[in-house]
Amino acid sequence: MGPIEKSKVQASLDALLQRDVYLHLETTNGAYAAHFQESKMVVGAYIRNGRVCFSRGVIAGDGPYRVGLKLEIGWVYAEGLTDFEVDSAGRLLLAGHDDQGRLAVALELSESPFEM
Amino acid sequence: MERHVLVVFPHPDDETFGCGGTIALFTQAGVPVTVVCGTLGQMGRNMGRPFFATRESLPHVREAELEDACKALGVQSLIKLGLRDKTIEFEEPNAVIDRLEQILREVRPSLVLTHYPSYAVHPDHNALGSLTISAIARLPEAERPKVHAHAFAPECRDLIGPPDVVNDISSVVEIKLAAIKAHASQSQVFFGRINGGQLKDGISDELKQRFLKNETFWTYRFG
Repeated sequence: MGPIEKSKVQASLDALLQRDVYLHLETTNGAYAAHFQESKMVVGAYIRNGRVCFSRGVIAGDGPYRVGLKLEIGWVYAEGLTDFEVDSAGRLLLAGHDDQGRLAVALELSESPFEM
Repeated sequence: MERHVLVVFPHPDDETFGCGGTIALFTQAGVPVTVVCGTLGQMGRNMGRPFFATRESLPHVREAELEDACKALGVQSLIKLGLRDKTIEFEEPNAVIDRLEQILREVRPSLVLTHYPSYAVHPDHNALGSLTISAIARLPEAERPKVHAHAFAPECRDLIGPPDVVNDISSVVEIKLAAIKAHASQSQVFFGRINGGQLKDGISDELKQRFLKNETFWTYRFG
C-alpha cells in the first residue's frame, strides 16, 4: 500500500461501475482512544461485506482524498483517504493513515466477499 | 509449582503485553503453558510504523506474529478460537463457553490467566474474560483452577483494590522484549509512543523499570 495515485484509483472505481460488489467501510479512532486520553470518546463503525452497486464512483480532493459512490437509493462516502493498493486478488483497498501510520478510515471494494 | 497454565485472551499481543513476563517465568521453570487466542485482531488500527500491513493482510500478519511471540515465550501449545475482532460480546455466549469448557477439561490447568471482566478496557477483553470465568464456573469447585485476572481500567484499583499478585519479571525481561518485538505491527507504534521512536535493542533502564518490572493480577473470587 502506498500514497494514493488519483488517476489509478479513479480507473479502478470506473472498472467496478454497475457491478454487484462487496464493500468494506470503516472508521475508528482506536479502542484505546479514551484510555490513552487521545479523545474523550471511542468512536468506530464498520460494515464488512455490504453488497452495493454504484452508478457513479468518484475520488475527489488533493490529499487526503474523498470517495463517493452513488447507489440507486443512497450513497457511500469516505474522507481522509491517504493510501491505496490494488491487491493480488484485484481488490481496491483505500485507507487513511494518521501521522503514526495508524488506520483511521478504510474503504475497500471487491468482486468476491472479503474474508470473515 | 503449577501443573499447567492456561492463558485466554482475545487478541494476538494481549498475552505478551499483559503477561508475557509471567508466561516466561512459568515456561523457564518448566511449567507447560497453553495460550488461547480468541481472534486474529483483524480490526486493529496499528499497521506498523511505518505501516506495512493493510486491513486485509493484517490478520495474516498478526497470526504469524502471534506464533513467533509464543515461540519466544516458550509456549507449548497455541489454540485459536477463530472469532472476529470486536464481535465477541455479540456472539452466542454458550457456544463460546462450551468451547472454553472443552479446552479446560482437556488442558486441566491449575492456573488460568485472563482479563478481569468489566475492568479490562476493551469490550473484547471484558467479554472473553467473562466467558472464561463462566466456563470455569461450570467445573466442580474442587476442579477449578485458580484465576489470576488482568485488569487495567483506570478506576479498577478503586473498585477491586490493589492487585494481590505482583510478579517480578526482571529476570525474563529480554524474553518479554523478544515477544514484544515479534508483534511488530502493534509494538512499533507502542514503542514510538513511549520511546520516542522505534523499538530499539538498547531500551533504557528507565523504560525497563516502568514497563518491564512487574506484572500484576487480581485473584478472581467466584461468588
